[in-house]
Amino acid sequence: MSTSTAFEKTRAEGRAALVGYLPAGFPDVPGSITAMKAMVDAGCDVIEIGLPYSDPVMDGPTIQAAAQRALDGGVRTKDVLAAVEAVAATGTPTLVMTYWNPIERYGVERFATDLANAGGAGLITPDLTPDSGAEWIAAADAQDLDKVFLVAPSSTDQRLAMTTAACRGFVYATAVMGVTGARASTSELAGPLVARAKQTTSLPIGVGLGVSNGDQAAEVASYADAVIVGSAFVRTLLDAPDLAAGEKALRALTEDLAAGVRRG
Amino acid sequence: MSQGPDEKGHFEEFGGRFMPEALIAELDELTAVWTEAMAEPDFTAEFQRMLTEYANVPSRLYDATRLSAQAGARILLKREDLNHTGAHKIRNVLGQALLAKRMGKTRMIAETGAGQHGVATATAAAYLGLDCVVYMGEVDTERQALNVARMRLLGAEVVAVKSGSRTLKDAINEAIRDWVATVEHTAYCFGTAAGPHPFPAMVRDFCRGIGDEARAQCLELTGALPDIVTACVGGGSNAIGMFTAFLDDTDVRIYGFEAGGEGVETPRHAATIVAGEVGVLHGARTYVLQDEDGQTVESHSISAGLDYPGVGPQHAYLARSGRASYEAVTDAEAMDALALLARTEGIICAIESAHAVAGSLRLAKENPGTTILVNLSGRGDKDMGTTTDWFGLGEAGK
Repeated sequence: MSTSTAFEKTRAEGRAALVGYLPAGFPDVPGSITAMKAMVDAGCDVIEIGLPYSDPVMDGPTIQAAAQRALDGGVRTKDVLAAVEAVAATGTPTLVMTYWNPIERYGVERFATDLANAGGAGLITPDLTPDSGAEWIAAADAQDLDKVFLVAPSSTDQRLAMTTAACRGFVYATAVMGVTGARASTSELAGPLVARAKQTTSLPIGVGLGVSNGDQAAEVASYADAVIVGSAFVRTLLDAPDLAAGEKALRALTEDLAAGVRRG
Repeated sequence: MSQGPDEKGHFEEFGGRFMPEALIAELDELTAVWTEAMAEPDFTAEFQRMLTEYANVPSRLYDATRLSAQAGARILLKREDLNHTGAHKIRNVLGQALLAKRMGKTRMIAETGAGQHGVATATAAAYLGLDCVVYMGEVDTERQALNVARMRLLGAEVVAVKSGSRTLKDAINEAIRDWVATVEHTAYCFGTAAGPHPFPAMVRDFCRGIGDEARAQCLELTGALPDIVTACVGGGSNAIGMFTAFLDDTDVRIYGFEAGGEGVETPRHAATIVAGEVGVLHGARTYVLQDEDGQTVESHSISAGLDYPGVGPQHAYLARSGRASYEAVTDAEAMDALALLARTEGIICAIESAHAVAGSLRLAKENPGTTILVNLSGRGDKDMGTTTDWFGLGEAGK
């Protein structure tokens, strides 16, 4: 199921979408599924499931810590696909966010096929740009999957146009020059980047990196089509004494963010 | 194909650029500035002047007659251990620091394993007046405390990296994370001929003087090219620096020696080409030590400078094409060679370089009477703690 179904709904409601991220396998595979279902239930419009990787160069300490715990717990690529199947079954579009090597190792076509069969919407690829991604683009197109590539404040106009032209589903705009992690204030770079991206595509533009509360979500929602939240969810689950408390805290955070995207 | 890479950084199926979009514009600019600079006689003359006046380059070629007598072949040592800072690494960092100045950067960051590249970067930063931050795995800061002190004395900030396996690969991850946030004023001085385009080709070109000099020195000394050229291979900067001059000399056989650790049949080694599989790590497609799911596997070597689960993409290409051969040398073989070189020639080399010596002794047995040119890439002072423990040199009464 493409994320376009979620954006049709949020556009009809005149608001931005809330995209929530958690890595699969943290605190364990069933626990991560429970947590993501709670986020769906409390108002996330799209779920991104992180595939934990040993060398996550775009992630700050929070997501690194969760991914490392998932890997220490023995999470496998097939567990990520199982998590996709469970979350997508709720009817909420579910993407996988992954560094490239695990996909190449699994087999690009095989992964695309298994992701589609699990009901997944597509992939977000933080270290694969379209000009290096011909194999993934072909496999995704064959399986009718979303291809979410990233644009950055440093992207040239030419690269911006090339990247958004290769995207399907939405475009992921990184709001800051930096790695993932909650930040006290949202970035001044995000608004201009969204405006530049919009000149090149009619696809929705999601903004990620740094958003951690409803007020920040409202601010981003005023100029973007989706507010992407990762580290704040992961931090909430990391800080919880147990899964039940974590689930409760995730619901509260989701509701705050969901109210935020409706104010924006 | 010639020596490559193509304009997108591919050595056929290897290399390329698997990096966050946030860094692509900078990598494009770096590629353009480097290409432009290398075509400018003023830039290359300035680079050569710095190498000569400051780094003691060209290094000597040494006819190791007593070692040769034991080995059964004529062994020639390219004495990169005598360069300023004690290894070939100074060539690469002076080149990259000069580019950083040209690009208007005020700060250099680097990753380091053994600390040699960190020391070289801190040295170049001090020499050219740049701020310097070096990322080093926490495990390595403990086993290479002397180099940490050297970097600090040179004015660099050393950051102990506590994530992942707390070794070189995690130091690279942390340096990339820094760079994403600081790219406007910061240059990433990458320590080996690996990573995303243009680093593999750029680092090679800054190091290729090793082979260019050695080729001419060998011709002058012996009247002929060597039969065999060897180097140790971690990421592969000293090796590609040596090999490049000989790639078109099809009669010259080329060997790279990887760290076999406790044996490639065990999980404790760093022999990426010999025992790894093709994957993507730190921005390039190359051979990688990885598990069934593509997670990077921790490497092991007694030599911190070879302790890396990836390898430069041009080496992957040279291995695949058959132009160069890659073999593993165990910790024990390397340490035996280190001791033999010390006792026959009075040269204490780096444990990294001892892998090349050990492999060359093996080749000498198989090819008696040949001339073997070995890149002695670094000196062994930094390793004396490890060496003392290995041979029990500190024990009372010995």
